[in-house]
Amino acid sequence: MSALLLEARDLERRFWISRGLLKGKRVLHAVNGVSLALRRGEVLGLVGESGCGKSTLARMLLGLLAPTRGEILIEGKPIAGLGRFGLARRIQPVFQDPYSSLNPRKTVGSIIGLPLRVHRVGAPGQWRGQIEEMMERVGLPRRLYGNYPGQLSGGQRQRVAIARALIMRPELVICDEPTSALDVSVQSQILNLLQDLQKELGLTYILISHNLAVVEHMATRVAVMYLGRIVEEAETANLFRAARHPYTRALLASVLTPEPGLGVPDTHLGTAFPNPLDPPSGCTFHPRCPDALPRCAQEAPRLREIGGDKVECHLYDEAVAVGAARPRHYQEQRG
Amino acid sequence: MTALLEVDRLSVEIPLTIGTLRPVRGVSFEVARGETLCIVGESGCGKSLTSLAIMDLLPRRARRSAARLVFDGVDLTSLPERRMADLRGNRMAMIFQEPMTSLNPAYTIGNQLEEALLRHRKVPRAEARERAVFLLEKCGITAAGERLSQYPHQLSGGIRQRVMIAMALMCGPKLIIADEPTTALDVTIQAQILHLLASLQREFDMAVILITHDLGVVARIADRVAVMYAGEVVETGTAAEIFARPLHPYTEGLLRCIPVPGRTRRGEHLGSIPGMVPSLIGTLEGCAFRNRCPHAFADCAARAVPLAETAVGRSYRCLLPPEARAAGALEAATS
Repeated sequence: MSALLLEARDLERRFWISRGLLKGKRVLHAVNGVSLALRRGEVLGLVGESGCGKSTLARMLLGLLAPTRGEILIEGKPIAGLGRFGLARRIQPVFQDPYSSLNPRKTVGSIIGLPLRVHRVGAPGQWRGQIEEMMERVGLPRRLYGNYPGQLSGGQRQRVAIARALIMRPELVICDEPTSALDVSVQSQILNLLQDLQKELGLTYILISHNLAVVEHMATRVAVMYLGRIVEEAETANLFRAARHPYTRALLASVLTPEPGLGVPDTHLGTAFPNPLDPPSGCTFHPRCPDALPRCAQEAPRLREIGGDKVECHLYDEAVAVGAARPRHYQEQRG
Repeated sequence: MTALLEVDRLSVEIPLTIGTLRPVRGVSFEVARGETLCIVGESGCGKSLTSLAIMDLLPRRARRSAARLVFDGVDLTSLPERRMADLRGNRMAMIFQEPMTSLNPAYTIGNQLEEALLRHRKVPRAEARERAVFLLEKCGITAAGERLSQYPHQLSGGIRQRVMIAMALMCGPKLIIADEPTTALDVTIQAQILHLLASLQREFDMAVILITHDLGVVARIADRVAVMYAGEVVETGTAAEIFARPLHPYTEGLLRCIPVPGRTRRGEHLGSIPGMVPSLIGTLEGCAFRNRCPHAFADCAARAVPLAETAVGRSYRCLLPPEARAAGALEAATS
């Protein structure tokens, strides 16, 4: 087992939302007690519906947003001690939309080379060589060095964004929906590239995506977020074979694989994604949960470790587990 | 029985300073009563403009031409705008991708729902209101009566899209054109919306043209599929036929690009389609896909490729029959 690269301990981020002049403010718990441990060379998939806090978590890990509580460690050292520059050398982002994440007034070469200039790496005379080498690595022809983003296709722009992220040779790359804005035929090229680069450069990825098929293809481990908490974390194969949390199962059931004749599944989730300003009591998933028990409305579930995987659900409490090792509806199907 | 919608050699031309853009070039298809046709293709293939051309909602500069464009016995090519406006939102309705931009932020949703019925059916407001509540409930919205006085910004994305669907249904249309209706939504909401659309379609016996780039959606919801590339239909068939045995190299390539849980192996390269879509300005000689096609040969550039029909409703636009392509690939592999 390889060494721990990144660790997040009990991270929490609150936002104070104004409700108008005289009403005071309300607290939004965007991330509410998230712990993560990422080993070198892993690809952690982070999934969940919009508003579940995955982008807030990513911004904290990138050092773009300070946690309200908890700490983030890189190789055991708190990132607060690294400073912005030190952190930027080790963790880099690739964002969703290559149309808005690249400065339209800068050339490809100057976009990719900006980190070198900011961090004053090596001699300026060598920058062009380094930039061209990186362009080649991500599959951009050298002749595009002086072109502007407006002259590139969506796939080429995302390659520029990847080259910019990798030019400082970071260890961890956080990819926030890296292919969602791209066409199907281009998406596969970028996914292939990300996989190749990971092998060649020994990178570690956090892959945020709402496309579970992409996560299954890329990730070694998957964390499922719901209303600011990680409700299940498991090896990819385990998660897709036998998800434990009812929310994860609903998510997986929603994936429309290209298999004609199966029709559109009914997830039984209901429409009501809860208001994060006023989260439900107990387990925050209980109003939508098909397996909810009476205690779910009262008591927040505790994290359980089951053979290296983690799940936060009352169905796996020991008291319940004695009588029912499996969630209720599985038993009903069998009985 | 005659088709509900007949589209024969539909073209759209947009004059630009540098030449004429031809984003839709001779598109033909039929939609039977009550069936779901999916038009699938990547950005710029002309799928959205095709639907706007049918609804006569093209941008002002664009010119539409068609050998035949008949909806429910009415010839749309020679219909004056006033008569077209009587059809639109009435017998044929549209659902757009972005419910936030296609709902008017200054009016309550009740107001916007009732408008179509008041315009087309001259019913009393109370009756329109009753129908709005009935349809919102059909679309799975709770407390529908209270929702009517809400504004679009007070609703979540999933609810807004449900409102859009209810709005399209107000006058009981025979045809609904849905342009990427779930692309902006979470997977869980996407499954719910498509499930809803499919059940409403059965209940009200409507035909649906669903425009999407998502092959998973296509597989699960389409009766028949038209694959578009560079402004042309390159393949048609039932969903089962298209996914089991694609006849056009582009369709074949697309299907190889997407990861499928359980079928594609983790870490394995996905297929890709190298190159880019050709410019649609001016006239395009030969096959539009030839520059990206692994099977292209001299003839592909020489002349326009006709749509070859193998059975009723099953056609493809390629000079090489699939058997010949397979043999060619075998030859290349062994030599």
